[in-house]
Amino acid sequence: MQYFIQQLINGLTLGSIYGLIAIGYTMVYGIIGMINFAHGDIFMIGAFTALIVFLILSAIFYSVPVVVALLIMMVVAMIMTSLYNWTIEKVAYRPLRGSFRLAPLITAIGMSIALSNFVQVTQGPRNKPIPPLVTDVYNVYGISISLKQIVIAVVTIVLLTLFWYLVNKTSLGRAQRACEQDRKMAALLGVDVDRTISITFIMGASLAAVAGTLFLMYYGVVAFSDGFVPGVKAFTAAVLGGIGSIPGAVLGGLLIGLIESLWSAYFSIDYKDVAAFSILAIVLIFLPSGLLGRPEVEKV
Amino acid sequence: MTAISDNTARSTSSPYGEAIRQALYAALLSAGLFFFFIGLESTQDISNRLILRSHWGVLATVVALVAIGRFLFIAFVLPAVDRRRANRGPIAVVAEKDQSFLRRHRFKIMIALLVLYPVIIVSTVGMQGSLKWVNNFGVQVLIYVMLAWGLNIVVGLAGLLDLGYVAFYAVGAYAYALLGTHFGLSFWILLPAAGIMAAFWGVLLGFPVLRLRGDYLAIVTLAFGEIIRLVLINWRDVTKGSAGISGIPKITFFGWFDFNVSSPNYIGKVFDIPTSGAYYTIFLYYLILALALLTAFVTIRLRRLPVGRAWEALREDEIACRSLGINTTNTKLTAFAIGAMFGGFAGAFFAARQGFINPESFVFLQSAIILAIVVLGGMGSLSGIAIAALVMIGGMEILREMQFLKLVFGQNFTPELYRMLLFGIAMVVVMVWKPRGFVGSREPTAYLKEARAVSSTFTKEGHG
Repeated sequence: MQYFIQQLINGLTLGSIYGLIAIGYTMVYGIIGMINFAHGDIFMIGAFTALIVFLILSAIFYSVPVVVALLIMMVVAMIMTSLYNWTIEKVAYRPLRGSFRLAPLITAIGMSIALSNFVQVTQGPRNKPIPPLVTDVYNVYGISISLKQIVIAVVTIVLLTLFWYLVNKTSLGRAQRACEQDRKMAALLGVDVDRTISITFIMGASLAAVAGTLFLMYYGVVAFSDGFVPGVKAFTAAVLGGIGSIPGAVLGGLLIGLIESLWSAYFSIDYKDVAAFSILAIVLIFLPSGLLGRPEVEKV
Repeated sequence: MTAISDNTARSTSSPYGEAIRQALYAALLSAGLFFFFIGLESTQDISNRLILRSHWGVLATVVALVAIGRFLFIAFVLPAVDRRRANRGPIAVVAEKDQSFLRRHRFKIMIALLVLYPVIIVSTVGMQGSLKWVNNFGVQVLIYVMLAWGLNIVVGLAGLLDLGYVAFYAVGAYAYALLGTHFGLSFWILLPAAGIMAAFWGVLLGFPVLRLRGDYLAIVTLAFGEIIRLVLINWRDVTKGSAGISGIPKITFFGWFDFNVSSPNYIGKVFDIPTSGAYYTIFLYYLILALALLTAFVTIRLRRLPVGRAWEALREDEIACRSLGINTTNTKLTAFAIGAMFGGFAGAFFAARQGFINPESFVFLQSAIILAIVVLGGMGSLSGIAIAALVMIGGMEILREMQFLKLVFGQNFTPELYRMLLFGIAMVVVMVWKPRGFVGSREPTAYLKEARAVSSTFTKEGHG
């Protein structure tokens, strides 16, 4: 039982990271109907920026309080990934918006290849380990909960609350939801569609940056190729929860994290990615609209 | 950056002021983007701790290059493009009838050139020198041409977006590698076997995804591709995991002669010619050329058969297709199966050529490259795909040869590292610049009366 709860906690931690990335996928898909394949690499860029900021901080100051360091890492990573995602949208997706459906997917794959190789070229192909930032571990009834897991949970909850407020209670969120439903009508009613889409990309990127920082803090290591697998899993999460639905993305992320950690614990750690990918296939085949998504209406 | 689509403002005022403004924006943006990633590099020091090394000079150079590039683009390239567009007038609809000899026979000439290619190379750089050229540019490019033509059946003709094509390539390669090493069967028996096995997997994976369309289909096929790769890595009893399978037998020439120096039937002994490694490479070149041409031939023929027409109908409009009584299930499955079969052939060839395979050769990146070639070549157009494969794969190989760049960028510069980076950028640039691909013909083969100006080229796809 203790082992099970332990795995549950590990899974939820992992799931929060997937959920944060998945929101970026789901929002972009909701608003312009494309899979932003480069989003996983945006997450990697976020983790790398956090790493470099950490190195700068530790080079300049003898010691920085961990909370401050994490906050600075997070904010700088958010700015960087936003800049990247904004530029990518502008350069690679916007010119193809009226084009055929495959076109932006191809540029997104190209961007994904370009980003990960760009980081490989400039930062080197090796894994980048950092000394552990947060080491405390608490023992509650035989279950060990590390402080980093608590940090991840708290940050995720705070961000999601903020995010929920942004999407549901502000005019920006209203514009976003309007664009999601009908872009042309939204434009006619005075919503700046281009700006709204840009902001969507920036919001997705910021959450990915937070996920990247948390990933770096949790695992203490990052490499240029770390964007692909979490990216695909987060996409799986977005699909599982019902693409276009933000609570769905979070729910899907948590579920994927849980399944992955329980699968590794009880079945086979080698096949944990197979499990995640199989779930993606199964969900899409039997439940294409996901858990919380709206069924897609076929228009003729 | 803000005025990308702002065509009118540019033509009224002098382009230079605007260009300078844009160049400054671009410089600022690139400085922001590259500050952490080019300006600073995280490396391990002697005690394996990460430290930062700064490259401000490189950063400044890159930013300056971006600014200059942006300036030249706004000030000179865009006005030139606009002028050309203004002068061109309406596009001539009717193609010229009296084409020159070269144009009329361009396919025959191309094929003749391809057949003669090893001969030309051998006669110019000699037997030993030809190895690199025939192998890296000939065989390597032709493998991708064949794979892309195979995928073209699924994506270009039937309109089913497949991101896991490399799985069938892997099935073919492992089929040959395992059966060849364990049972010592000949390549010529295993080639069809690999094709059939891949086709079987094509149907198997195609069956559950029949209902899916567009992007969802793409993601599920991606997942299948990854599952097959992960199984290959983890099923160590059979596939030997990441260590891979080595000692895969070479192809023999139908048992008449072979290419093992130690064997009694070695080509050198049979024909009494000096020993050289180039024979095998040249043989492989002709083999893959034959396989690729077979793919093209089958594709061209299939397009004229009912099933080919059904594929194209399916690509254009699935609902209309179903309303007309076409069995979409069978149509989709045949597309998957035939596309996968050619992937399997290519895989068997790949295993025989390498002599060693491991799951690293079948990563998602390969699928992406093949799909990129199909899309960049203009889906459905065989010659466009061949050109795209030549440009993208040949270009990557040429980059390997550019050792003179070391003189410019210093001894530590390795051009190979930049291959995939440039490939990714090229995918984006070509797609933005020519969304319909290099050649870009996607018109259906059959029309009711005549080709209309507004044809399927403008319809949405990915609904298949």
